[in-house]
Amino acid sequence: MAFIPHTKEDIAEMLAAIGVRDIEQLFEEIPTNLRVKSLAGVPTALTEMEIGRLMMERAKADGRPLNFIGAGAYEHHIPSAVWAITTRGEFYSAYTPYQAEASQGTLQLLYEYQTMIASLTGLPVSNASLYDGASAIAEASLMAVRANRKSKSLRILVPTTVNPFYRKVAAATASNQGLRFEEVPYSPTEGRTLVESLAKYDGQDITALVIQQPNFFGVLEDVDALTDWARSRGIFVIASVNPTSLALLKPPGEWGANGVDIAVGEGQPLGVPLSSGGPYFGFITTRMEHVRQMPGRIVGRTVDLNGKPGFTLTLQAREQHIRRAKATSNICTNQGLLVTAATIYMSLMGPKGLERVAASSHARTRELITALTRVKGVRTAFNTPCFHEAVVLLDRPVAPVLKALEARGILGGFNLAEYYPELGNALLVCATETKTGEDIERYATALSETLKAAKAA
Amino acid sequence: MHEKVIFEYSRPGRGATDQWPAAVEVNDIPAALRRKTAPMLPEVSELETVRHFTRLSQQNFSIDTHFYPLGSCTMKYNPKACNQYAMLPEFLARHPLAPESHGQGFLTCMYELQEMLKEVTGMQAVSLTPMAGAHGEFAGVAMIRAYHRARGDLARTEIIVPEAAHGTNPATATMCGCIVKEIPVGEDGDVDVEALKAAVGPNTAGIMLTNPSTLGVFERRIEEVAKIVHTAGGLLYYDGANLNAILGKVRPGDMGFDVIHMNLHKTFSTPHGGGGPGAGAVGVSARLAPFLPIPIVGKEAERYRWLSETDLPQSIGRLSAFMGNAGVLLRAYIYMRLLGREGMSQVGEFATLNANYLLARLKAAGFDAAYPDRRASHEFIVTLKKQARELNISAMDFAKRLLDHGFHAPTTYFPLLVPECLLIEPTETESREVLDAFVSAMVHILKEAEEEPEHVRAAPHTMPVRRLDDVRAAKQLDLTWKPTPTPQALRPAPPLPG
Repeated sequence: MAFIPHTKEDIAEMLAAIGVRDIEQLFEEIPTNLRVKSLAGVPTALTEMEIGRLMMERAKADGRPLNFIGAGAYEHHIPSAVWAITTRGEFYSAYTPYQAEASQGTLQLLYEYQTMIASLTGLPVSNASLYDGASAIAEASLMAVRANRKSKSLRILVPTTVNPFYRKVAAATASNQGLRFEEVPYSPTEGRTLVESLAKYDGQDITALVIQQPNFFGVLEDVDALTDWARSRGIFVIASVNPTSLALLKPPGEWGANGVDIAVGEGQPLGVPLSSGGPYFGFITTRMEHVRQMPGRIVGRTVDLNGKPGFTLTLQAREQHIRRAKATSNICTNQGLLVTAATIYMSLMGPKGLERVAASSHARTRELITALTRVKGVRTAFNTPCFHEAVVLLDRPVAPVLKALEARGILGGFNLAEYYPELGNALLVCATETKTGEDIERYATALSETLKAAKAA
Repeated sequence: MHEKVIFEYSRPGRGATDQWPAAVEVNDIPAALRRKTAPMLPEVSELETVRHFTRLSQQNFSIDTHFYPLGSCTMKYNPKACNQYAMLPEFLARHPLAPESHGQGFLTCMYELQEMLKEVTGMQAVSLTPMAGAHGEFAGVAMIRAYHRARGDLARTEIIVPEAAHGTNPATATMCGCIVKEIPVGEDGDVDVEALKAAVGPNTAGIMLTNPSTLGVFERRIEEVAKIVHTAGGLLYYDGANLNAILGKVRPGDMGFDVIHMNLHKTFSTPHGGGGPGAGAVGVSARLAPFLPIPIVGKEAERYRWLSETDLPQSIGRLSAFMGNAGVLLRAYIYMRLLGREGMSQVGEFATLNANYLLARLKAAGFDAAYPDRRASHEFIVTLKKQARELNISAMDFAKRLLDHGFHAPTTYFPLLVPECLLIEPTETESREVLDAFVSAMVHILKEAEEEPEHVRAAPHTMPVRRLDDVRAAKQLDLTWKPTPTPQALRPAPPLPG
């Protein structure tokens, strides 16, 4: 089943038009010793009916456990309209809008997206998206190096409270260009970065400081103090934010006295399913003065020959297909389809709906924490304000407890032992608006029984 | 055809309220950390939202609606089954950090995808994590650097790139901290081997090649190229942009390449989505396997698990928060299973048949091939140099007029070294009738260019907008909608008669 429409007659007539005897002759320029002899490692073809059955069996085997993991990917309600429209062939099977006149749908949608995400982050300009929230920190760091002309050090301060996966991706992506990511420790009692811990960098050449809000523990950082500390020293501030939280929390454009320089984040909470980690999309917004240092596609509104408004890719002189080795990034595609979903999601939610999603998710997490800490042997790690995610400490190692919960169809959270061993038996938990009171009770009961059983054993 | 910007539908107090959770008070977040003014998101009903975005979709050309012969992009049919079965509820709901016990079905697909990709490319190991072609390129060049570094061969920082290469190649080399050295291409479209010999040396990290090249021809001396680079101590990088041309016919691993990226959104027909998401899996020879980006799916005693830093301590690291574009990878997996080994070679064969047929017909109709003495691969270049000179009609004019005929334009002005070029890739899923209709349109436009050139130069005439002012777009930046009175020039023009 290769979706090839040719009849025998077509093939014969086409070969005659070319002037060859068979299809093989078309490959005559390829040295014969290089030709494929066998593809035995690829199974024989399946029909659509067969692959459908196979995939349904595999999906069923994975099941649908009750999920309390967040840690950078959040389970929210997605209205049916979002993916019903996103998977329309006109969006799904189009390419990058190089021919603007034949791509106004995608272009206008991207312009609307740029408007929404810029407003959400409180900064004036956005691009058309990046790969994901992790690679967005790498791109923002590289952008800060280009835009912060006063700094020559390529040193980027990254608090330990920034998502550890993001930190790894940033290092893997940007260290080849000489960027150095230096960790800033957090307060073990408050679970956040203290401005005092930055004092040792006073007087040093630092290119940028990354601030994640809420941080990986769900704790709210003192963003105003951190931003002012950095900006008053000529250090760029890169905010990494959860877009849902921005319906409730102060946008990066308003942090401190004058706001941040660049805001990035993971767009997944805006209508994109968890889907084992992707495809998601990263967003990036900035101040107008840095727009020419921004990576990726940017859409602008202009007019056509008749003065009618229309949309087109713009500022392309930054990009790889024009600038080649001198481009702002090698990025070519964005994550267009996910941006389509997010734009439809944000339209359905509007400012009030998104605020309700944020508030409801936060309230559910509070309920969850209350229910879990009622269980003997469970307490909260930090007594600091948080948003829709929090760390609890158990009286025994987390891994076997999670395993026991898993056997009962519950994913109890993200075990922090590998990345934050200093916290002891710490578990990162999250509830969103998708969790009911019964779901939370089910988790608390299962945890209570698991810990009791472990104690008895 | 004009569709308002969604904010222009907005009415305070309106919204898709049925989609919202119940209102709750939040009183445990300090005021200093709270937002004071609401973000500017539209306030529209569900039906208004559905109508608006459906109307926008109707302003797009797409594979589902139009022939889309965009060279180098492999715009072939995206089978509906791939979307439907990748979007089963359990796959969509699976959290990326869910334990492997709740992901054996998904991981089985990923493991088998790795195995199939190894087989069709002739490489020894595969990582699926890069999220696009350029991201795969980054992984590939980063691995080449890591390989040389691990051997203490620190001087190797030069990446050789033929002048016809995709822009992402030199941009990637820069992102990896390498220095780019461009080499020319000969008259016949093959790499200039003498220039290559002169370019390699003790600083050579590697060469990035696309084969068939962006000129739409197979690099015939690939074995000699491989030998020159390897003898000089460099490695060979294969840009998989044109893998569709040779699928099932010849494998990059057998040509001597050490590392390749595959554009799953091209060769394995995952959707282009208006510019993404892609998926840029990478494959490597045995010597680069320790450096692959993580995670990778491993198999032990019939169980599948993620291989991470502990399994691959020399890995170039993580390139995405989790494991890349998992949902795209599922679509590619389903596509490959539907095609099977028989279908794989049919892809290369019929993509090549369609390209050579279209080239033969266009040549017969009076168009000039850029490389008339060569076989076309899955794509080919027509140069409109003569028309530009004699009729003052550019490749862009042709491209825009094709839109009026219901065809998406081929790639224009790439590769940069062929003047007034159209890079045309029909793909294997198009029927002969569609190719014939495209030829008729080209012939019609050529005739029109002779008789009524102004009409061609002013094209398109039937799209939602006429030719757009790109200079204004870049000079008077308007990147977000603002709720101010619309300036006169931006007001929608009255509908044109007819």
